[in-house]
Amino acid sequence: MTGVLVSLAAIFAELSLLAFGGGNTTLPEMQRQVVDVHHWMSASDFSAVFALARAAPGPNLMIVPLLGWRVAGLPGLVVSSVAMFGPSSILMGLALGLWRRFKNNPWRRIVQAGLVPVTVGLVAASAAIIARASDGTWGLTAITVVAVVATLGERINPLWVLAAGAAAGFVGMGWF
Amino acid sequence: MAERRGGAEVPSVWALFLGFLGLGLIGFGGVLPLARRMLVEQRRWMTAEAFIETLGLCQFLPGGNIINLSVAVGLEFRGAAGAVAALTGLMAAPTAIVIGLGVFFERFRDDPHVQHLFAGLAAASAGLLVTTALKMLAPLRTRFFGLVITGLCFAAVGWLRVPLLPTMLVLAPLSIAITWWRTA
Repeated sequence: MTGVLVSLAAIFAELSLLAFGGGNTTLPEMQRQVVDVHHWMSASDFSAVFALARAAPGPNLMIVPLLGWRVAGLPGLVVSSVAMFGPSSILMGLALGLWRRFKNNPWRRIVQAGLVPVTVGLVAASAAIIARASDGTWGLTAITVVAVVATLGERINPLWVLAAGAAAGFVGMGWF
Repeated sequence: MAERRGGAEVPSVWALFLGFLGLGLIGFGGVLPLARRMLVEQRRWMTAEAFIETLGLCQFLPGGNIINLSVAVGLEFRGAAGAVAALTGLMAAPTAIVIGLGVFFERFRDDPHVQHLFAGLAAASAGLLVTTALKMLAPLRTRFFGLVITGLCFAAVGWLRVPLLPTMLVLAPLSIAITWWRTA
């Protein structure tokens, strides 16, 4: 148990400081650690946990407390959350004063713009990994494609898309 | 500092907790516009300019943008206690809800109806993530070298499953160097 908690702390503390560009960039590494390295759950279970976290309100890193809880109960939840949100928050505190001083420094903008392509690549990798694990059948792939088409143009509340996807999976069972 | 404040009195630690608790409860699928409304318009804790400046730092540093924002706002008004109050307020309700969903999933996961329901939910949420990726990709169309970096990053992490740390250590400095060279 202690070994699992130490592993959770190490995984999420590292991800906390690598999560440039928001939470979704860390999903591939999270999945690699939880599924491939530690075998705590299957790839499709990881996708289910990700989907549950998407259905909850709040920041898009809600997958972290849920993963911790699934792996090691309440202690896992607390350890994972503190490890994920602690280090980046402390860095935030340290950087707040420096940021005001370098606000107009050209280097700040170059670093910020330079990180964008990496962030986009990581989010695209997240999407590919989650979609591959979620879409086991043609019917489920169709749900993903419809969800993409529905959300690309109009501003639609994602909760409706999730509800429609769940309903389609429920109604279509047996057919695909 | 006075011009950064939005006209309201300095919030207490408890007010910070409550403000971000409400934000966590209502923020489905994107807390950012709601955070701006709460901080700048409703509670008037900060000016629109201070919000943008703080958000810039939150997006620059690692970590979730809204999570970093709650820490920054809490720190600014009440130091470390304020940061802890704002962060725990933001996380409290979503954590309870997500664990509730997890308990439900755990209990009924062997029921074929629930399995199909969750399979559909997972497929739809994968679609939402694909849309996010496509929308982030669109502004890069005109940056050829940016697209090359994005492609390398995607191949390394999404396809070859290279760990995140070595990928970042190689691609982040390379991408920053290219950006510097292109703007110089």
